[in-house]
Amino acid sequence: MNYTGLTEKDREEMLKAIGLSSMDGLFNVIPESLKSNSFKFPEGLTEWEVLQRIKLLAGKNKVERMCFLGGGMYDHIIPAAVDFLASRSEFVTSYTPYQPECSQGTLQSLFEFQTMMCRLTGMEVSNASMYDGATALAESALMAIRITDRKKIIVDEGVNPLYRGVLKTYLKSHSINLEEIPVEADVPDMEFIISRIDNETGAFIIQIPNFFGSVFDYYRIAEVLHKNGALLIVVSYPMALGLIKPPGEMGADIVVGDGQSLGIPMQFGGPSFGFITTRREYMRNLPGRIVGETVDTEGRRGFVLTLQAREQHIRRQKATSNICSNQNLCALRALFYLSLAGSSGFGEVALRNHQNAEYLKSKFEGVMGVSVWNRSDTFNEFVIELPLDAIKVIPGMIENKVLPGIPLGCFYKGFEKRMLVTVTEKRTRAEIDYYAAILEAVLWK
Amino acid sequence: MEIYFTRDHEWIKLEGNTGIVGITAYAAHQLGDITYVELPKEGKEFKKGDVLCTIESVKAASDVFTPMSGKVIEVNNSLISSPQIVNEKPESDGWIAKMELSDLSEKNSLMDQKAYDEFLKTL
Amino acid sequence: MEIKRGMYIKQSSLIFELPESGEIGGKIVKADSKEKISIKENLLRSKPVNLPELSELDVIRHYTNLSKLNFSVDSNFYPLGSCTMKYNPKVLEKCPEEFSELHPMIACLPGGESIAQGALGIIYETEQLISEITGMDGVTTFPMAGAHGELTGIFIISAYHASKGNKKKNVIVPDSSHGTNPASAATAGYEVITIPSLSNGEMDLEAFKKAISEETAAVMMTCPNTLGIFETKIKEISNIAHSVDALMYYDGANLNAIMGRVRPGDIGFDVVHVNVHKTFGTPHGGGGPGAGPVGVKKKLVPFLPVPRIVKDKDGKYSLLDDVPQSIGRICGFFGNFGVVVKAFAYMLLLGKDGILKASEQAVLSANYLKEKLKAYYDLPCDRPCMHEFVLSAERQLKNGIHAIDIAKALIDRGFHPPTVYFPLIVKEAIMIEPTETESKKTLDEFIRAMVEIAELSEKDTEILKRSPLLTPIGRLDEAKAAREARVSFE
Repeated sequence: MNYTGLTEKDREEMLKAIGLSSMDGLFNVIPESLKSNSFKFPEGLTEWEVLQRIKLLAGKNKVERMCFLGGGMYDHIIPAAVDFLASRSEFVTSYTPYQPECSQGTLQSLFEFQTMMCRLTGMEVSNASMYDGATALAESALMAIRITDRKKIIVDEGVNPLYRGVLKTYLKSHSINLEEIPVEADVPDMEFIISRIDNETGAFIIQIPNFFGSVFDYYRIAEVLHKNGALLIVVSYPMALGLIKPPGEMGADIVVGDGQSLGIPMQFGGPSFGFITTRREYMRNLPGRIVGETVDTEGRRGFVLTLQAREQHIRRQKATSNICSNQNLCALRALFYLSLAGSSGFGEVALRNHQNAEYLKSKFEGVMGVSVWNRSDTFNEFVIELPLDAIKVIPGMIENKVLPGIPLGCFYKGFEKRMLVTVTEKRTRAEIDYYAAILEAVLWK
Repeated sequence: MEIYFTRDHEWIKLEGNTGIVGITAYAAHQLGDITYVELPKEGKEFKKGDVLCTIESVKAASDVFTPMSGKVIEVNNSLISSPQIVNEKPESDGWIAKMELSDLSEKNSLMDQKAYDEFLKTL
Repeated sequence: MEIKRGMYIKQSSLIFELPESGEIGGKIVKADSKEKISIKENLLRSKPVNLPELSELDVIRHYTNLSKLNFSVDSNFYPLGSCTMKYNPKVLEKCPEEFSELHPMIACLPGGESIAQGALGIIYETEQLISEITGMDGVTTFPMAGAHGELTGIFIISAYHASKGNKKKNVIVPDSSHGTNPASAATAGYEVITIPSLSNGEMDLEAFKKAISEETAAVMMTCPNTLGIFETKIKEISNIAHSVDALMYYDGANLNAIMGRVRPGDIGFDVVHVNVHKTFGTPHGGGGPGAGPVGVKKKLVPFLPVPRIVKDKDGKYSLLDDVPQSIGRICGFFGNFGVVVKAFAYMLLLGKDGILKASEQAVLSANYLKEKLKAYYDLPCDRPCMHEFVLSAERQLKNGIHAIDIAKALIDRGFHPPTVYFPLIVKEAIMIEPTETESKKTLDEFIRAMVEIAELSEKDTEILKRSPLLTPIGRLDEAKAAREARVSFE
């Protein structure tokens, strides 16, 4: 299938206008020796054939299973209006808003998005989104290094292990000393962390709720960090922020995370978007695009990409980051989601997540050999301890149409019998009852 | 009071051991509307040629280089709220930092007013 | 009261400025909170997040009306050089639907890999197709944008040199390069050496020979370059680079010009990144999401990011995490999978024939526009171009008209402006790339508009300086925006 715009007659006229007799002449600028003589590529297909091909591949993952998986991506309800608005071609097929007069739709939307991210996280400024939560975290660490001019970052191992992987990759090239606080219990040892903070420390990174789902008080860490001239970076799960205290009210200097839980389908991991919010005093150190308010020549309010002197197309070598695009359409989905849910609606969804998870916890009390590992409060994720390795239990659950959780032995040594279970607002009480029943059956059949 | 200039369009006014640093009218004009001046930290030491600070305009970001080695003892805080002063009065109210100089002989490799004016004609 | 056109166009309100409407709560789940909250009081929000409370109609109306303030490819021609704003086939939008409920961790579950076979298969096959187009031996589809691909490429280059104990300090780029190239190099700690371009548009080979040394880690180029000129000396450049074990990096922004006819891997490049939102037809989304897959030659395959997708002899796909020399993870899961599916579908749709037709019509359209416009605007490089070319508004500058004025006047005529002020080496640059999906009618209308603007720059500069006049908003005070930095609603 071809989408070219010229007819054969057009091509003849145009070739004549430029003084060529054939299409081949267009490539005379390329030396013959550099041209490829072996381009092996399949023949083109029609729309229908392509859709059938994709369906055939997708058929291999017919997912009619209840999803209790979390760990950074979540199975949440997406209102129909989000998909509807996000498919408007003025949003889908527009370009980066470098020409503001014909891009106010995108620019004003991003300004509203930035405002909402600030309110969600309790911070003063936000950028217009990053690639994902993991890279947003990596960029925030680099940002903290720029601000404090120090060379050490401390990170709690309760931060998502996949995010820590990306952090390591990014920091390697900057010869930054990365220290990891090992996990022992579901919440970190505050005193131990405090003992590791000194005036070489640029920042400490913590995740709330952490990878095990635990929610805890970390205000003391913020105090110690600030006393030492270091920053607190908090990785956050937006849905949880509908219920728990935002990091901005707990002393955070930079808040990052992934926005997938706000109206974005899982799609095997992406696209989603990362967010990064901070205090106003650090605004000029933010990577990525930022939209600002201004006026036109006749005093009308309008919006533009601003603080561009930080970005790659001006600073080149000295840019705050090399990032060029944001994840615009994904950020807009979050904007639509939050606008549709509203204050109360969003709070209700967050609460339902928590209540469903607490209900499953209570059901586990009736399953022999299974206990909840978390000592701390949790939002919608928690860890259960099984009488045998989690990987032995999972295949049986999957056969019974349940995706039961993430085996933590993949990420943490000695955690083979532990599994991370997530319950969202999408799960019904019947499904939760079924989960507990199937787990019991698989364990004790 | 002596005043000297660099080829990167910084000026430095000497008062005994102290030097006041800023950018010239030529540089301010080249940058366009200045939107932000990232002032250096008081107490920090710089060698001649180090990046003292960065000046941002809408479309460009420019490094300001230290004309003579020393320690920053005062910065012009009015530039935080009103960076446009650098456009309006680059060689007086738009000063950036006051420094305690460590090597006064460095002035010998800089241009005086006459030499700088001649230099501008070549650009 | 005088009635005139446009007088009722209201200032667009922010969603926060709209008064509450509709019913509060019960929007997504039914409100019911008789169960207690099992989280300590001091860890809970003291009040709900401050979000608008609006009826669904008001939200739909607000964003629908806002969207109408945008230009878009579906409504307007975007001759943006370096961006390849080609038409986005609508069938692509349907492709990721089948995977929307697939959780990425399924692939890590025992018994789960079988469920994820389709998704893993798409990633694997997309890698194969990109390999073939670029002439590379290994591909990763994980980078989430072109710039992210560049960063990944630079990390790979760095890891390669570290593995060989090479002491490398700098990266070479031509002065026509895209800003992300030096930014990526600097992020990895390299100094950047810039080589000037000759008057024929190609990088100065002699200056390159003088600048390159044993300390050069890589040479980052794009071909054709940002002037739309094919770098004919590319083989010599890559031979010289390889002789000092410097790697050749191909910025795939301009791949649309040569795909199917020249493969970067065959002309000396070791690392490439492609932009699926440019060359492979996935929509720009107003600034993302896109994807920037990276391809490498055999000797660099061990350094590709993890996890790798492997296929066994029975055709089964699985994930490989244990890759000792890998640069590690560059994203949380599998990158922008939902975008990669679209690029995969696009390549299947076009096939061999479609790819060849696309590049040749892109090149034809660009040369046609160049020929028709060179009488009215300065053309710094008067040679046959490839898929894009650069004009200069220096002629118009004599009357006080800048490239930006020409851009704004095009907006009034319903065209998104071309790229302006890039590449940096051309004064008052106007970079034009029509792509292959535009009709001759659209191209001719664009030519007429540019000619009219050139005439106005002689006869009525005032009207150009005040453009755009027909959009709901005029030119904005960017200095004020940067100084005040009001980036959220208070």
